[in-house]
Amino acid sequence: MVSLLPTPHPKERRIIFGNISKPGYAPDIETYLAHGGYESLKKAFTMKPGEIVDLVKAANLRGRGGAGFPAGAKWSFIKYDDGKPHYIVVNADESEPGTFKDRYILHQDPHQLIEGLVIAAFATNVHLSYIYIRCEFPKAAKIVWNAIKEARAKGFLGKNILGSGFDLDIYVHQGAGAYICGEETSLLESLEGKRPYPRIKPPYFPAVLGLYMKPTIVNNVETICHVKHIISMGADEYSRMGTPGDGGTRTMCVSGDVVRPGFYEIPCGGVTLGELIFDVCGGLKPGRTLKAVIPGGSSAKVLRAGEVFKMKVKSEDGQMIDKETPLLDLVMDASSLQAAGTMVGSGGVMIMDDTRDMVWALNNLNQFYAHESCGQCTPCREGSLWMSKVTTRIMDEGAKPDDAKNLKNIADNIAGRTICAFGEACSWPTQSFLAKFPDEFEKRVV
Amino acid sequence: MTETMTCQADAITPELLAEADELVSHYPVSKRSASLPLLHLWQNHFGFIDDSGVEWIAAKLELTPVNILEVVTFYPWFRRERAGKTIIRVCRTLACAMAGSYEVREKFCQSVGIDPHCHSHGFGEAPPTSSDGNFSVEFVECLASCGSAPVALINDELVENIALSDVPAIVDQYK
Repeated sequence: MVSLLPTPHPKERRIIFGNISKPGYAPDIETYLAHGGYESLKKAFTMKPGEIVDLVKAANLRGRGGAGFPAGAKWSFIKYDDGKPHYIVVNADESEPGTFKDRYILHQDPHQLIEGLVIAAFATNVHLSYIYIRCEFPKAAKIVWNAIKEARAKGFLGKNILGSGFDLDIYVHQGAGAYICGEETSLLESLEGKRPYPRIKPPYFPAVLGLYMKPTIVNNVETICHVKHIISMGADEYSRMGTPGDGGTRTMCVSGDVVRPGFYEIPCGGVTLGELIFDVCGGLKPGRTLKAVIPGGSSAKVLRAGEVFKMKVKSEDGQMIDKETPLLDLVMDASSLQAAGTMVGSGGVMIMDDTRDMVWALNNLNQFYAHESCGQCTPCREGSLWMSKVTTRIMDEGAKPDDAKNLKNIADNIAGRTICAFGEACSWPTQSFLAKFPDEFEKRVV
Repeated sequence: MTETMTCQADAITPELLAEADELVSHYPVSKRSASLPLLHLWQNHFGFIDDSGVEWIAAKLELTPVNILEVVTFYPWFRRERAGKTIIRVCRTLACAMAGSYEVREKFCQSVGIDPHCHSHGFGEAPPTSSDGNFSVEFVECLASCGSAPVALINDELVENIALSDVPAIVDQYK
């Protein structure tokens, strides 16, 4: 297990991970209650459901699963009194390469998730909820299921929760090894017992037609956990931790070539990439230099060491001006990374040093996407496989002069031509590796 | 050989039936939602899913067998053949590969007597399995533990920060 630093790094602010990896902290309900558990739920029951939705909006909580959609806005698409059943499905299908935060919440602090979920359900008039856990977390499924039973026995779930008159049932649903099920409409198809082919948009949100064609919210584990803390802290204090439009803390999962890989919970926008690598994570291994960073899960476009970005910033006289920002000065928040042409995504930061071969790395990712394409849309089913075949051949036999051009052509013809965002996810690595490291492809031509 | 001749549905126990009914009750809106849970239950109990399993689950959920078969063949987790008693799933994806997971998989294969060049072709085929039936070794995609790479999921247990020299001792624990 990755353990947290015994005392938080000055850049860290542990809200979600406050009790995780703490000696003596167990996933049972007695431990949770001894640490102030379910107090936020009691507070939420003194509020009106609409007030809770407004609070989450005011907190500027963005989804922590990868797409970064504002959670309060997502919730407000649900019409509280439309007479239809509503559902919340928690996306615990954590499988974006580079991301490893939800695993620790599920294994070590399941009641934090359940408490957040009851509050979310109360706010949106939901009485039946599922937690979709990938089957590669078999222990987590048992732990969460056990926590649900404990919560029910104590009156935090079931009928008339804490005398509020509000009813909620939660069940655990296990996936079966397919990355595509992290896409929210694929996840719903999977939960309906079908082949998990993502649904055609529109409707653009499951909040319109979701599980069983009823209004549904799909939120990531970490997102739901934040709800509990928004209730206890209030929207002002919570949102102040982050930047405007990106409130609270975000868990950065750092892997690859750093001295201290691990997960670090940091206020949104509270750290630059340079500080994250060289300060929080202890720097690169001895004698190495930085080569590349994938900042938000494997689908996020790669960044090259030494890159300089032109960022729009407000000058002293209030004008918007271009400011040159070197890679290591990039702030790790949603808007800065977007301005740098990539994304904060799921918070999975992969660091590569000068010993890494970028064609090899791209080939590894291409094989991942070729394996995980669900096969519904032709451009993605064929294209992801061809990209993988080409980079595998480059590794085995060397490149042909046209390979880089052909790879780009394949990728360009997937992105934007598929039902779900997997098309972009599988094209962006190829497009960005080719654009940022053309020399590595050229030198392989035989 | 006799084992493959017998059909799994003839060996359903009252306990298994009770568990199946319990799982179906978790989906009050649509029974079909119980297809994955019942397939997990079946595979955990019998080791793999034969035709009788597909048919039994379909009948239980008031579906046609193809509705279940198309699910079984989609998901990498489900098998139509028996695998080893211990299944070693080594993570293949980037962070683990950077930390040496390709060598780790090879070492696992060598330690349990499997040809490292063998790979499953998917579609329900069992992963490469040792001739004594004790071990299967396969690559899987990201196990979401990139900070402690390389990792493997051995049955229900996640093993982290695997050094090549640890592999024989890890295997011994499952012999």
